[in-house]
Formats: sequence, C-alpha cells, structure tokens
Amino acid sequence: MPADRDEPTLDKTTLDKAPLDKAPSHRAATDGKAGLAGLAGLSTDPGVAKPDPILVATGMTRTFGGLKAVDVAHLEIQRGVITALIGPNGAGKTTFFNLLTGFDRPDAGERWFNGRSLKRVSASRVARLGMVRTFQLTKVLSKLTVLENMRLGATGQLGEKMWAGWLPFLWRDQEKEVTGRARELLTRFKLDTKEDDFAGALSGGQRKLLEMARALMVGPELVMLDEPMAGVNPALKQSLLGHVKSLREEGMTVLFVEHDMDMVRDISDWVVVMAQGQIIAEGPPDAVMADQRVIDAYLGAHHDVDITELDPEVVALEVEAEIGAEHGSTGASTTEELER
Amino acid sequence: MDLITTPLHDAFAPVAISYVLAAMGLNIHYGYTGLLNFGQAAFAAAGSYAMAVTIVSFGVPFIPAILLGLAASVVLSLVMGVPTLRLRADYLAIVTIAVAEILRLLFSTSFKKYFHARDGVSGFTGTFRSWNPFKDMEGTFLSFSANDLWVMVVGWIIVALVSTLVFLLMRSPWGRVLKSIREDEDAVRSLGKNVYGYKMQALVLGGMIGAMGGFVGALGLASVQPDTFNTDFTFIAFTMLILGGAARVLSPAVGAVLFWGVLSFMSVALSELSDIVPGDLLDSNRIGNIRFAVVGLVLMLLMIYRPQGLFGDRKEIAIDAR
Ligand SMILES: Nc1ncnc2c1ncn2[C@@H]1O[C@H](COP(=O)(O)OP(=O)(O)OP(=O)(O)O)[C@@H](O)[C@H]1O
Ligand SMILES: [Mg+2]
Repeated sequence: MPADRDEPTLDKTTLDKAPLDKAPSHRAATDGKAGLAGLAGLSTDPGVAKPDPILVATGMTRTFGGLKAVDVAHLEIQRGVITALIGPNGAGKTTFFNLLTGFDRPDAGERWFNGRSLKRVSASRVARLGMVRTFQLTKVLSKLTVLENMRLGATGQLGEKMWAGWLPFLWRDQEKEVTGRARELLTRFKLDTKEDDFAGALSGGQRKLLEMARALMVGPELVMLDEPMAGVNPALKQSLLGHVKSLREEGMTVLFVEHDMDMVRDISDWVVVMAQGQIIAEGPPDAVMADQRVIDAYLGAHHDVDITELDPEVVALEVEAEIGAEHGSTGASTTEELER
Repeated sequence: MDLITTPLHDAFAPVAISYVLAAMGLNIHYGYTGLLNFGQAAFAAAGSYAMAVTIVSFGVPFIPAILLGLAASVVLSLVMGVPTLRLRADYLAIVTIAVAEILRLLFSTSFKKYFHARDGVSGFTGTFRSWNPFKDMEGTFLSFSANDLWVMVVGWIIVALVSTLVFLLMRSPWGRVLKSIREDEDAVRSLGKNVYGYKMQALVLGGMIGAMGGFVGALGLASVQPDTFNTDFTFIAFTMLILGGAARVLSPAVGAVLFWGVLSFMSVALSELSDIVPGDLLDSNRIGNIRFAVVGLVLMLLMIYRPQGLFGDRKEIAIDAR
C-alpha cells in the first residue's frame, strides 16, 4: 500500500506542466511543442501531424488471406503523452501493434521511431531501441521465478554473453544492481511478496502486472501495452492507472490498447480509434467519444447512445443473455468477457 | 559375483562416458533451450570422424586433430541451425534427424579411401595411448584394461569439467536467457534479446559436447564405425537425459550410468536365468530384446510416477499442468 502513495500526485497542474523535468534531452529542441502542450488545438482528422512525434507510421497494410486486418494510411504518436488505441474486437489493434514492433511484417508501409526507420529492423532490436510492448495474451516465463522474469528484462547485461557467463565475478555487481531495480518495480506493482514464486503460479491479473513491470526493466522510451487492464480487479486497476500515469511523469510515452472506456477517459491524453483495420478518428478523449463516426463503428447496436452513458448493468445483462445462448461456456470465460 | 561387477563395469566404461557427454549436449539443447535436436549422433560422428581421418589419412597430430573434430561439430551446428533456428521448433527436429542419417550413410558408403565404409577408421590412438600413465600395468584392474582405464580417467575428467562449465553457465544471466527462450521466445524477443543468436550459441555448445562424446567413444573402441551413430544413439541419449530429469546439470551422468548399469544387469541376470529356465525360452537374441523391453517398462513407470525424472523439480512439472 505505502508504495502506491509514494507516486507523484496526478492533479491537473502536474499534467499541464510540460516539458517535464525528466524529459529526454532531444526534446529541448522542440520548444513548447512537446508532450501534452503539443496536442492543444490539433485537428481531429485521422493521421493528423503531431509537433513532436516519437513514432510515425505510413501506409501500413497487412492482409490475412482476403482480410485486410490493418490498413493505416498515416499515424503519428506524440512524445511524452498517453495515447489510447481503441476499436471494436477484430479492428486490427493487436495486428497493428505487431507490425509496429516488428513481430509481424507489413505487406507495405514504413515506420520511424525517433526519426529512425524501422524497416528490416528485428523485433529484439526495436525493443533495444526503446520501444517495448506487452502482449494481449500474457507471456510470462512460467518456469522462471517472478524475480528472474524481471531480471531478464534488463538490457546490456554482461552476464548474458556466453564468454562472460561462466565467470560470475564479471557480472555479479551488475546483477545486484539489476536485482535492486527489479525489486523496486515489483514493490510498485505489489508483486514483491511473490518474487520467489514461479511466474506460472501467478493468477491471470498478476501475470499482466508482471509483464508490464518486466517491460519497464528494459528502460523503454515508448511503452506499448496491449490491454493492460484485462482481468485486473477494480482496486488494483486504480493503482495500475496511477502507474501508467507515473510513466508519463517519468518522461515515457505510452501507447495502449484498451476496451474499458472509463479507463481510456481517465488516463489518456489522446485517443486513436481503429475500425476494420483503418484509423477512423483521433483526438482528445471527450471529443473522440462524442464523434459520430466512432459511435457508429464502435457500438453498432447502441447507435444513438453516447458510449459513456451506457448503463453498464444493462450491457452486462445483454452480454449474459448472449453468452447464455451459447451453451457450454464456462463460468471463467463468462466473467472474463464481462470484464471486457 | 558377475551380477555386480559386470553392470558396474559397463556403467562406467568408455562407451557409457560417450553417452554421458552426448546427453549433456542434448541437455543444453533440449533441457535448457528447448531445441529439439534428434541428430546428436551426427555431432558425435562428425567430431570423431574428423579426428580419426585427419590423424590416419593426413598425419595431423593428436591435439590439432581434436580441435579439428570440434571445428567439424561447429560447422555442423551452423549447417543445421542457420536455415532452421528462425523457424518453428519442429523444423530443427526434422533437419537434425535427416542430417544425422545422411552423414551416417556418407560415412558407410562414400570416400572409402578415408572412411573405409563399415569397417570404419582405426589406428589413431597411438599418441593418446603413449601418454597413458597406466601402460606398464599388468593384467586388469577391476576388469578394465590399462587402455580402458586411461580413457576412463580422461573421459570422466572431461565429464566433470563440462558439468562444472554447464553449472556455471546455467546459473548465469546467459543461462537465464536460454531457459526463457525454452518458455516463450516471443517474450524474450520483446525484451530485446537476439533469440536467434542465443539459440545458435546453445546449438554449437551442445554440439561440441556431443563431439567430445564421440572422441571418448572412439578412443575407447580404438575405431570409428558408422553403425555406432545410428538413430538409436540419439534416442538412448535422450532416454538417459529424461531418466535423470531434463535441465539438471548432473542428470545426464546419473541417467547414463543407471541406464547402462540396469541394461547390463538385466542381460547378466537373464543369461543366468536361461540356465534354469527350460528349453530355449531365453536364448541370447531374446535376452537382448527383453532387457530393452524391461528398460522401456521402467521408463514408463518412471514417467507415470515421477514425470520430472530422478532429479527434476516436482513444482516445475506442476506448472505444466495448469
Ligand atoms: N494470424 C492471423 N491469421 C489470420 N487472421 C488473423 C491473424 N491475426 C489476426 N487476424 C485477423 O485480423 C483481424 C484483426 O485482429 P486483431 O487481433 O488485430 O484485432 P484486435 O483489434 O486486437 O481485436 P481485440 O480487441 O479482440 O483484441 C481479425 O479479424 C482477425 O481475425
Ligand atoms: Mg487485440
């Protein structure tokens, strides 16, 4: 609990204060256009240019058989802010993540990270450049302990070289430093009591937390989270929201996929909406959620209602009825679907 | 008396050592990194043939010949690994088993001037035996000849050194990356590690250890023959590894010693029984088959009641079940 309280408080004044003190040095060049301030007064057309983009993607397409899963004409992600990527199931968000991070190859298109082209750059190199992602279906290393999972995240470890590995005196000090950093993060994510457990013994929500903490061990500039809150209980969700915001305060850029509109509204500075592979709208959360194109694409059946005004209980009942219609769905999957 | 001495002899003999080393190599491939190498025989064959042929046909001195044998196993790793390690795990399995068979056929049918077909290569042990400190020993010691003793001393020292190296490496951050690749290579990639490079390093290291197994076996038999390196070689080594428990440093050694010990005990016990049992119920052919059947049965029981192997960690196995 106390670890949570130590985080910087996130009132309006700190949010508006840009550039941030811990900002990367090259930001100084784009005076006044960095972070949140740079987003003010931008148009809300899809693909709008940002004053200080950390990531730019152009003409990215990816087809599976006859299905065009991703077809993004242009997208820029502003540095130092939290951007949400939303869209209905199957919109292509995860596929787009895979393309951006090099886990999948686009049919066409190019992308730049910090102005550097990522064409033919391997996924691991992309991560080392400072662009680290998590997975929608959590990937923890089951037979390693939680602490070992964390240590793996640190980059530039001498002991990870084969020639140095068998000589512990070469890497022992670095390992201590890495362990210290890992413990700090584990405390922050309330996993410190689990450090000696096998990661495979964690619950689904705890795995999400571990994966996010482990990604931070890499020391990324841009953190890409694919549904970080899915399956995390409401209380923990609140503190996790705090963590995501604190990443921004520490000078990182966050791009995350999420279905929970309350969360999107709460923490994102900018929202990008995808539907059927294309970016259909982007802008500040309130503006985007009131956008007719978004409501049409996102809600389908609930055509005439503002997303945020939907009565969650009604939606839950409808979902339950739908699930009840399909026999054989288990209790576990029911709750998971409800949480989405 | 034979019931004890013969199994003990077989369990520690040069042949057993060569399997220990082959299984140690597989432990790095499969146990720690999750690479399915079904062609460990190819590494042992490449190493021992390269050593033997360079000595016999080209007059290369012993130590450089050993280094050439190791180099041959490295080349073989690259041949197998470069095209497959970026692909799914099953591709490596297919390629390794194919390469192992191709090599064996090559050695038994081609370049007879160097490989001498199924007779194999012999006459390369001169230098090694000239270093034998026991060479003036008369008769046998614990039923081992002086030459066997010398191979065994060197062989078990190599096993000890390799075990120490593996122990140190697997406790290091390097070993942590390998184990992580075994669990989920995409996760490792997302953390900025060059997965392909690590897999290649593991393949090369395990292959070199397999080649050392080839050396010890060749020096023990004083010849290198293609039939030693059929697919059984790899699968027996796998059996030993799983018997001991994968991803444990000492399990290949203990697994191999137990395997040979039990196998040899069975054949001695069965042949003694054949004197009592009427008729030709237990002729020598049947004994050979029955002992493998019994070993198979023991292995099945072990997998059912102790799936983690003799040394494995029960908790780790429990995670698989989730
Ligand atoms: N490997 C694949 N092979 C074939 N089709 C795929 C593959 N991956 C994704 N698709 C298809 O591409 C479309 C986009 O999938 P994607 O996983 O990117 O959606 P998403 O926006 O992440 O959805 P969700 O919110 O449910 O996670 C889907 O229609 C899916 O069926
Ligand atoms: Mg998705």
